[in-house]
Amino acid sequence: MSATLAPACRPADYRSAVKPIWCPGCGDYHVLMAFTRAFAELGVRPEQVAVVSGIGCSSRIPAYMNCYGFHGVHGRSLAVAAGLKIVRPDLTVVVASGDGDGYSIGGNHFLHACRRNVDLTYVVMDNHIYGMTKGQPSPTTEPDFDTALAPGGTGVRPFHPLVIALASGANFVARAFSGNPAETAGILVEAVRHPGFSFVEVLSPCVTYRPDQRAWKDRVHRAPVDATDDAARAARRVMTDDGFNLGVLYRGNRPPYAPPAGKAITDLAELEREFEL
Amino acid sequence: MSADAPRAASLVDLYAIAYQIEADAVERYTMLADQMEMHNNPALVDVFRDLARAEGIHRDQICRMAGDFDVAAHAHKVARWRIGESPESADLGAAQYLMTPHDALQMALAAEQRALEFFRELLGNAVDADVRHLAAELVEEETGHVALCHRLLLRYPPPAGGRPAGDPDPPASQA
Ligand SMILES: Cc1ncc(C[n+]2csc(CCOP(=O)(O)OP(=O)(O)O)c2C)c(N)n1
Ligand code: SF4
Ligand SMILES: [Mg+2]
Repeated sequence: MSATLAPACRPADYRSAVKPIWCPGCGDYHVLMAFTRAFAELGVRPEQVAVVSGIGCSSRIPAYMNCYGFHGVHGRSLAVAAGLKIVRPDLTVVVASGDGDGYSIGGNHFLHACRRNVDLTYVVMDNHIYGMTKGQPSPTTEPDFDTALAPGGTGVRPFHPLVIALASGANFVARAFSGNPAETAGILVEAVRHPGFSFVEVLSPCVTYRPDQRAWKDRVHRAPVDATDDAARAARRVMTDDGFNLGVLYRGNRPPYAPPAGKAITDLAELEREFEL
Repeated sequence: MSADAPRAASLVDLYAIAYQIEADAVERYTMLADQMEMHNNPALVDVFRDLARAEGIHRDQICRMAGDFDVAAHAHKVARWRIGESPESADLGAAQYLMTPHDALQMALAAEQRALEFFRELLGNAVDADVRHLAAELVEEETGHVALCHRLLLRYPPPAGGRPAGDPDPPASQA
């Protein structure tokens, strides 16, 4: 991490010297741009930011950023991030994930992170596929997406992440498209500023295993209505939309998780004694 | 001009907008050059580095024209596109690891044409005499860039026999 930076950081100040290995055309490049622009706009310095991820192409983001980063275990990024935010509430904690990382192996963590409502921002780069492991269907893959691993498609109804987030208690829900990095950055800024657990689904094409997703840029459109603070109404809207509505869809007002008052145990030996049977 | 494009109310605003447009173009071409480097497409690395260098010269020239004025800082305030991207930004989503110099120049031509269109419209709407004068210069400059892209496209024609129908090195999909 750079030791000395100009007082106001520019997006480039949040980029590491590591060159991304994503496929040219991958939506994740734009998401990286959106992250750096959002942090510059928020005015948080690199040493005040932590980006935590799991495993997948999308989860490589921390390596490409100049801030604290944690490239964690597949599906477990939210557990790491919640712990970090609770012990370091001064940090801006953003979690980067993919539809495989976040909804398959990490699906259970997703539910409980929404429910717990720790003040962090969860960004899932959804490309409806496992990109890193070469094209297996994920929980958001269309049922008829035909692959050798799932001939004729899985035949299974896709998971509806935004509805699940709303039903589970997420306090801010939005959908963005990677190809609009300025708009995505604006949504990320709002998500970080909103107290509690903010969930941002970013449609981010995998041009290698889902070349059809290059056409997403012509399908996305702004949500025709403003965000609501009524979770049931927001859920109804996203269940009936075409999956390409962009913008902030829900702003809730649940107070974020606060650790129970009382003396925090910082001494390891004392902590061990607490757990003695 | 997109609905969220910044407006140039004064000469310094226009310097800032022109600066940001070129700075964004440098960023995009540098990203594309880096991508091609990681994917071992050396011909494309050279093309994108050259494009980034050319845009960088133009960006620095705008800074010099603005004299002591801090264009970069002013750009942060006034040269913002909140929904779309600035007009000369190459479309990262259109990149492909097997793209040819011809494809890259087509991408650059489209970006230069968007910039030319942007400054033409700005010139058409400008009321302030100084803004009009600078906008006219920028239109002339971008017209030159469009012409240069056309000349370079002749030097880098599409591959003989056209693009291969399929990917000769398809992704090792388990699908
Ligand atoms: C415990 C464990 N199980 C399985 C894997 C293999 N694995 C790596 S990435 C991945 C899926 C990633 O998909 P997604 O989160 O959608 O990321 P993308 O690559 O599409 O961005 C899987 C199953 C692993 N690394 N660790
Ligand atoms: S495999 Fe797909 S998700 Fe992974 S880098 Fe390539 S385009 Fe992006
Ligand atoms: Mg995925």
